[in-house]
This record gives sequence, structure tokens and C-alpha cells, in this order.
Amino acid sequence: MISMEIRKHDLIVTLAGDLDHNAAEGMRDNLDERISDSRIKRLIFDMHGVDFMDSSGIGMLLGRYRIMSRKGGSVAVIGVGKRVDRIFEMAGLYRLIEKLA
Amino acid sequence: MKIVNEMCMDFYACPENEAFARMTISAFILPLNPTLEEMGDVKTAISEAVTNAIVHGYKQLGGTIRMHATLTADNILTVDVIDNGCGIEDITKAREPFFTTETESERSGMGFTVMESFMDSVEVRSRPKYGTSVRMQKNFAAVNLPAAKHA
Repeated sequence: MISMEIRKHDLIVTLAGDLDHNAAEGMRDNLDERISDSRIKRLIFDMHGVDFMDSSGIGMLLGRYRIMSRKGGSVAVIGVGKRVDRIFEMAGLYRLIEKLA
Repeated sequence: MKIVNEMCMDFYACPENEAFARMTISAFILPLNPTLEEMGDVKTAISEAVTNAIVHGYKQLGGTIRMHATLTADNILTVDVIDNGCGIEDITKAREPFFTTETESERSGMGFTVMESFMDSVEVRSRPKYGTSVRMQKNFAAVNLPAAKHA
């Protein structure tokens, strides 16, 4: 499940449910179309509603990080739960993706 | 050790069944009274193995995945995730963190690393062109043991 909202130069993407391969495949095109907007400088994933994430979620986030980096932008996350946090740490995602309070 | 419960199912290798496999294994281990963390560990590891079968074993073209699980009286869960897909050429390489053969499709290469982190053991057997079998084991704390009705 996904909803998107633009606030100035930020695109806030709210994720919910399971972030697995199936979910990642389903949201990628829609998401990439929105981040191609030149006004978007930062992509923020709101993870409050994500109760499951596996390595396909890592792949999806890294893919968006690459796209944002190429256009001089950045990626951040908010509301990362304990379990998802463990996956982020394992993959070293916080070296690339900022965790907002 | 005596097997106290066992399940086996075959399902189609499509992305929708990743969640189905996770829910099935969750229901299977529920009688062990697992902690939320243990439940999450098993769900994540199964999700990785099933996704590997769909994406790498069958190249997203479909096929049959078998999930076979047993529980022993000493609370050890063993899960086999088996496909008859393309197999793995180099298992050692496949298990390296961040290694992926699918460089174009945003695979993180962390599948086996996640399985190894969340389960007590991960054993991979594969034969190119014939398929892959991943056996994972997890020992559940004895403190979770429900009344020894199987004794």
C-alpha cells in the first residue's frame, strides 16, 4: 500500500504492510514517475506502517537512492520500526539513507 | 529426535505467494509460542528463500516451489524450500553479501545473508539446470515449549 504527497522539494511516500518483492515490483513504476519531477530534491519514506521488510525492500530503497543521487537529491526514512531497523543496519543502508527523527 | 509435526505444500512461483508462504510458516510455528522476534526471523528467512526461487530459480517465469517443514520434540524447526529451476553455478559466491546475478533488476544480493542472520543454520544444495534446495533450521528456546503433550 502506498500514498504520496509533495511538500515543497520533498516527496513523502507512505508505505504500509509488507515491503517484499511483490510489493516492491508493484510500486516501482508509479514511484519513479513521481520522482522524475525536477522539483523533487528529497525522497522521504514514511515507514510507520511497514511491519515486514526483506532484502527486496533493501533493493527497492537502494534503487531509489541511485536515482535520487543521479539528480543530486537524497533519500531519507522516518518511523522505522525495530525489526525493519535491523534489516537497515545489516545492509548498511544508513550510510546512504538518512534516518529522520 | 522424534518429529512431532510436519507439513508440505507445493505452490506456484509467483510474487503473490511470497506472503502466502510467510503466513503458512507463521501458522505452522505458532504452537511453539514463538516471540515476535522469532516469528519475524522465520518469516523473513522464508521470504528470502521463496523470493530467490521465484526470481533466480525460475527467472520470474513461474514453476513449482515446495516448502517442507518439520518440528521435532526438542523444538527444532527445519524448513526446506525447493525449486526445480535453473540452479546455482557457484553457491559460495551466491552466499556472499551484496553478490547478485541480476544486476539490472535491483536485487540487493542480501538474501542468503539475511537467511544466515535470522536462522541457526542454512544449507544450500544446488545443481545447475535441475534446481536448488535450501534447508534452514532454527532452535526455539525451551522456555517456549508448550505442555509436553507429545511426550
